[in-house]
Amino acid sequence: MINRLTTFSRKAAGVAALGLLVAAGSPAAQAAEAITPPDQSWGFEGIFGKFDRAAMQRGLQVYTEVCKGCHSLSQVAYRNLSVLGLNEDEIKAYAAEYEVPDGPDEEGEMFTRPALPADKFAAPFPNDNAAKAANGGALPPDLSLITKARANGHDYLYALLTGYADEAPEGIEVGDGLNYNAWFPGFQIAMAQPLYEDQVEYADGTPATIEQMSQDVTEFLAWAAEPELEQRKGMGVTVFLFLIVFLGLAIAYKKALWKTLH
Amino acid sequence: MQSDSADPEFKGIVKWIDRRLPIFTMLHKEYMVFPVPKNLNYFWSFGALASITLIVMILTGFFLAAQYQASTADAFNSVERIMRDVNYGWLIRYVHMNGASMFFIVVYIHIFRGLYYGSYKEPRELLWILGVVILVLMMGTAFMGYVLPWGQMSLWGATVITNLFSAFPLVGEPIVTWLWGGFSVDNPTLNRFFALHYLLPFVIFAVVFLHVAALHIPGSNNPDGIDPKGPADTVNFHPFMTSKDMIGIVVYLMVFAGLVFYAPNFLGHPDNYIPANPLQTPPHIVPEWYFLPYYAILRAFTDDWWFFQIFLGWWMDAKLAGVLAMFGSLVLLAALPWLDTSRVRSCRYRPYYKWAIAVFVINFLILGWVGGKPAEEPYVLISQLSTLYYFFHFLVLTPVLGWIERPKPLPASIGMPVSTPAE
Repeated sequence: MINRLTTFSRKAAGVAALGLLVAAGSPAAQAAEAITPPDQSWGFEGIFGKFDRAAMQRGLQVYTEVCKGCHSLSQVAYRNLSVLGLNEDEIKAYAAEYEVPDGPDEEGEMFTRPALPADKFAAPFPNDNAAKAANGGALPPDLSLITKARANGHDYLYALLTGYADEAPEGIEVGDGLNYNAWFPGFQIAMAQPLYEDQVEYADGTPATIEQMSQDVTEFLAWAAEPELEQRKGMGVTVFLFLIVFLGLAIAYKKALWKTLH
Repeated sequence: MQSDSADPEFKGIVKWIDRRLPIFTMLHKEYMVFPVPKNLNYFWSFGALASITLIVMILTGFFLAAQYQASTADAFNSVERIMRDVNYGWLIRYVHMNGASMFFIVVYIHIFRGLYYGSYKEPRELLWILGVVILVLMMGTAFMGYVLPWGQMSLWGATVITNLFSAFPLVGEPIVTWLWGGFSVDNPTLNRFFALHYLLPFVIFAVVFLHVAALHIPGSNNPDGIDPKGPADTVNFHPFMTSKDMIGIVVYLMVFAGLVFYAPNFLGHPDNYIPANPLQTPPHIVPEWYFLPYYAILRAFTDDWWFFQIFLGWWMDAKLAGVLAMFGSLVLLAALPWLDTSRVRSCRYRPYYKWAIAVFVINFLILGWVGGKPAEEPYVLISQLSTLYYFFHFLVLTPVLGWIERPKPLPASIGMPVSTPAE
C-alpha cells in the first residue's frame, strides 16, 4: 500500500517537476514537500537507539574513499573519531594524511601542515568557488549536518545514494551535465552516481554492495550530524524514570491532601 | 476553611528584613494563603507552566548567549560548537529551542482557557489585555530568536517578516532599512536581533509581573465563572493549588522531555541546518509552527480575492491588507472583553457560544495547517475562508450570540452547585 502510494506520488511529482525549473545540486531545493523516501529501519532510531560502531567505521571508509573528494565535513574533528572505536594512534595516523592550512609563521607566510587530532576534517577545496569550479558550477554541500538538513534525512540520504538509474524514465528530461535520481527533488542532480559495486574494499570483509555502502555512510553521517544522540537518548530514559516516579508521588500527595477538605 | 487572616510570625533575619521590606508578608499573602476557587480544574495550571517556561528560557538563554557569537560569519558555527563541544551544550540548546515551542503550546492553551471560561470579562479586562501584550512580546522574541542560528530559514524568514513593514505607504521602506541597519538582512540585523532577543524576555518578565498583580486583585476566575461567595468556596493557594500545579508541572515536563530527548528537531525546519545563503532562496519559506495561523491570515489577502477587491482593493494593496489583518487579528483578541456582550462568563452555561468557541479553535488549527502549505490551491481558498471566519467570530458571532443566547441557570455558589433559575 505504502509502496503503491509512493509510486503514485512519485509519478505525480514527476509530472509537476516537468513544469518547474529546478536548480539541480542546490542544497536548499530539498523542500519538505518533496517525495517522502521509503522508511528504513536504523539502529539509532527509537528510545534506546545506538549507533552501530562497525557500520560507522565502514561508513568512514566510504566517506574517506568516495565522498571526501568533493564533500567537506567541516563540523567534525579528527579527535571525534574515538567514538567510532579508533584509538589515539589510529586517529593521529588518519589525521596526518591530510594537510591543513596554518600560519602565518614567523616570516609572515601561510603554510600547510599535516592535520592533528584537534583539527576539523580538512576540506577538499580551499573555498566554495573552487568547489563549484571543480564540479561544473554545483556546490557539493558540507555533510556535517546533512541528515538533519533534509526532511527524513537518514532515509533520504540512503534513497538518494541508491536512487540512480542508467536512464531516466520516459517523460523526464535530464539536463546537460546532470544525472537522473529518483529521490532528488526535480529528479536531476549534479552529482554523478558516487557508489558502484565493490567500490571500496571493506577491512572487515563485508561485501561492498551499493546498498551496504549507502547504509554505512548514512550511519556515519547520522553520527556526524548528531554526535550527542546516544547520550541524549540515555539521559532521556533516566529523566522519564524520574518523572514517572515523581508523577506518582505528586498524584498521591494531591489526593491525600484534597481528601482532608471533605 | 483555613485561617488566613492572621499575619505570619517570622523570626530572626527574616523578621528583621520583613519589618523593613515586607516581602515575606507579601509572599505569604499572595502565594500561601491566597484564596483560590476550590473548583479550579487543570486548565488553571497553565499560567504557572507559562511562568516556569519563561524562567527556563531566560536561564538556558543566558548559558547559550555565553557561547553564541552574533555575527553572520560565526553564528552558525558557534551554534554547532555549542551542540558538539560545549559541555551539555546540546541539552541547553535543545531545551531552549523546544522551550520556545512549549511556551507557545502552554500559552495557547492558557488563552483557550480564558476564552472558554470567560476569564477576560469584568473585572479582568486589563488582566486579559496584559496577557495579549505578553503574547505579542513573545512573538517578537521568538521570531528574533529563530534568526540567531543563521540558517537558511533564519535569514529568509527574517527577510520576509521584516519586509512586511514595507507595506505601509511612505514610511514603509525607510522603516525596513532602519530595522535592517542596511539594505538587506545582514550583520547589523543579526546584532540588533540578538540584543533585542536578550532584552525582550525581561520586558516580558515585567509584564508578567503586572499580569500576576492584576490577577491577584479579583483573584482567579473558575470553571463556573461565578464569583466565590465566601471562604466555603475557596481554598488556600498553598498547598491546595500548588499540589495540583505540581502534577501539571510533571506532565508538562514529560512532554517537554519527550521533545528534547527524542524529537528535538520535530517542530523545527530542516532548512535551518543549512547555513544562511543570501544568494539562494529556499523553495518554501515557512515560519515556526506557532506563527502559522497568523502567516495564513497574512497570505490570505491576494490581489485576485473577491473580498479584497470589493472591500479593500480600491484604497490599499493586498500586502498592506494582509499585514493589517494579521495585526488586527491580535487587536481583536485584546478587544474581546468589549466584543463579548454576554454577562455570563463560563461556556458551561452558554449553550451556543460553547460551540462557537469549539469551531473557533478548529478554524484556528486549520489556519495553522494552511499556513504551512505552499501558496497554491486549494490552500489559498481555505486560508481565505478561514481568515473570514476568524474575523466573523470576533466581529459578528461573539456580540450577536451574547444578545440572543439564553444562558443556562447559574449555580448559587461554587460550594453548593445547586441550580436555581437564573434571574
